[in-house]
Amino acid sequence: MNNRKAELKKQALAARDKQALYGPDMELGGYGMGNGEDKRLKNLSDIPSRLKEASLLAGFQAGEEQRSGSYLQQGENVLYDRVKDIYRNQIEVMQIEEALKKYEWLWDYWWKTVAVDTDKYTAWTELHHRGGYFMRIKRGQKVKMPIQACLLMSENAASQRVHNIVIAEEGSRAEIITGCSTSPKVDEGVHLGVSEFYIHKNAELSFTMVHNWGAAFHVRPRTGIVVDEGGSFISNYILLRPLESLQTNPRAVLRGRGARVRFNSIIHGREHSLIDIGSVIDLQAEESRGESVSRAAVSDEAIVTMRGLLRADTDKTRGHLSCSGLLLSRDAVVDALPQLSVSGAPGADLAHEAAIGPVDEESVQYLMSRGLEREEAESAIIQGFMKVGIEGLPEVLDQLVKNLGRQITESGRG
Amino acid sequence: MLELQNVNVIAEGKPILTDISFKIPDGETHILMGPNGSGKTTLLHAIMGTGNIEIKSGQIIFEGEDITALPTHERARRGIGVAAQRPPVIQELTLATLVDLVKKAGNGAKNVDELVQTMNCGYLMDRRFNVNFSGGEVKRAEFLQLLVQDPKLALIDEPESGVDLDNIAVIGRALHRLLKQEKVLDRHKSGLIITHTGYILEYLNADRGYVLIDGHIACSGNPRDLFEEVEIHGYEGCEQCIRCQ
Repeated sequence: MNNRKAELKKQALAARDKQALYGPDMELGGYGMGNGEDKRLKNLSDIPSRLKEASLLAGFQAGEEQRSGSYLQQGENVLYDRVKDIYRNQIEVMQIEEALKKYEWLWDYWWKTVAVDTDKYTAWTELHHRGGYFMRIKRGQKVKMPIQACLLMSENAASQRVHNIVIAEEGSRAEIITGCSTSPKVDEGVHLGVSEFYIHKNAELSFTMVHNWGAAFHVRPRTGIVVDEGGSFISNYILLRPLESLQTNPRAVLRGRGARVRFNSIIHGREHSLIDIGSVIDLQAEESRGESVSRAAVSDEAIVTMRGLLRADTDKTRGHLSCSGLLLSRDAVVDALPQLSVSGAPGADLAHEAAIGPVDEESVQYLMSRGLEREEAESAIIQGFMKVGIEGLPEVLDQLVKNLGRQITESGRG
Repeated sequence: MLELQNVNVIAEGKPILTDISFKIPDGETHILMGPNGSGKTTLLHAIMGTGNIEIKSGQIIFEGEDITALPTHERARRGIGVAAQRPPVIQELTLATLVDLVKKAGNGAKNVDELVQTMNCGYLMDRRFNVNFSGGEVKRAEFLQLLVQDPKLALIDEPESGVDLDNIAVIGRALHRLLKQEKVLDRHKSGLIITHTGYILEYLNADRGYVLIDGHIACSGNPRDLFEEVEIHGYEGCEQCIRCQ
């Protein structure tokens, strides 16, 4: 084990200045690292009101009524990790460092879906990581209530570097709702988050992530997923507020027969946000299916790039990519870059579609002829656009999309 | 109910409608006919305030109020509704969402479920609006919204186009209900209906007809008589008619 730790450190040190393949480069050294002290809360309801407000915006329930387990981290400090008593035989939720101490076998999952030397952000996370959650859904357990996690930042010009691992054991089923958010008046910072998901045989996991950062935040999530035979992983991602830059390109490897993955991304690019979001799906087993749907409404001078790569090297695989951009201002920039790749698999079936355009004026007028004001009509169309082709959004996200449609029309298109 | 006074309309700099004047009293249904490209749909756009057109001169009066410059939604809220011949495909909205929006924007019809059943739209409600709808489904979805909206004045653009006979019957009954034509006396709902075939006249009592040719009203009279004449002589004959000249 020590050899592996040393090897990871060596690789990370070698990659600490390595630029990422996509997105703008940035200097990490200037951001604060925090004091590393954990001040645990006894009850989640003890969370200070300014943090409560921020976490609520990211879909986190301080009351825990409808949740089976919770994880809350502020900057580097883990404030809370707990599983409700009645779910203790079903799931585990704890700080990653504790989990690594508790379970030697967890090292077999550490840096296995994301390479530590991918770029400076993965390297930096390995060298300086502090916190992140470990979630385990135990074999055969169907968890009725979602597990929730929230990563907050409440200091300006600080950095957060977390490494998360989620394991859905064979035959399990669960839903996770996570949010990343900032306290009021915190505008500047860096969030680095490595997340590794292991979906074992016939397990089902729905993972919803809400991002709610400040206007001068740089965000670099690095995510890897493996799905075994008959397993299913759904990722729902929504970006609510403007930020400085976001670059992410999660990769899912479908390595078991009949494995499924679906990425749904809902983006509102606004102000000067620079957003580069994509997904890579590797279809490596027969009957595996992958789907990626991205919707971006882009206003002001925001720049949004939507990528997608479907790769198949096995027959009887199927994949579909869909990227759509809604232009809400003259200065908005949208790039849609769907990519398909098949190698040595003549029976693979991959398809993509991409569209970029404004809110359709004829549709707006049509709704106005039914009595809706122009703003109401545009809001309804924007709300609908965000959800086209995205089925079964969790309720929390559905409500956020509704609010987003209203927010876009109320704030003007820029 | 509705009065047009010397209305002139242009689109992309070209005149489309010239000097249009007519009145539709309370409770009356009028029919508009004319060859393709004569300006019929543009006239409905002018009344509803939609389309890429400009009213150069003239006035549109609805219930005594000049609505010529009023925004579209205000016209709808005052009681004008339209069933388009080719409504847009709005893939962002399901028919259910659309109907809900129409209900909230208006007085809120209480019997939406019954109307959905009447228009045989139950299976369409969760589908994206007009995405791969058949001709009959498009029309039924239009009339469902109009029944929910329950306007005082209904503007109907070619209700029978692209529709089979079974659907014409459904739409004809909806139109009859929309215009509350079961009432012989005390009728207050009005309609202006564009029709090419006249089939729809089997389902309603139309009071007056107009023939629109090259953007002006060339003839008016009893709608059934006008149809008979057009059937015999065509619109070319209509243009040469002494009365029209």
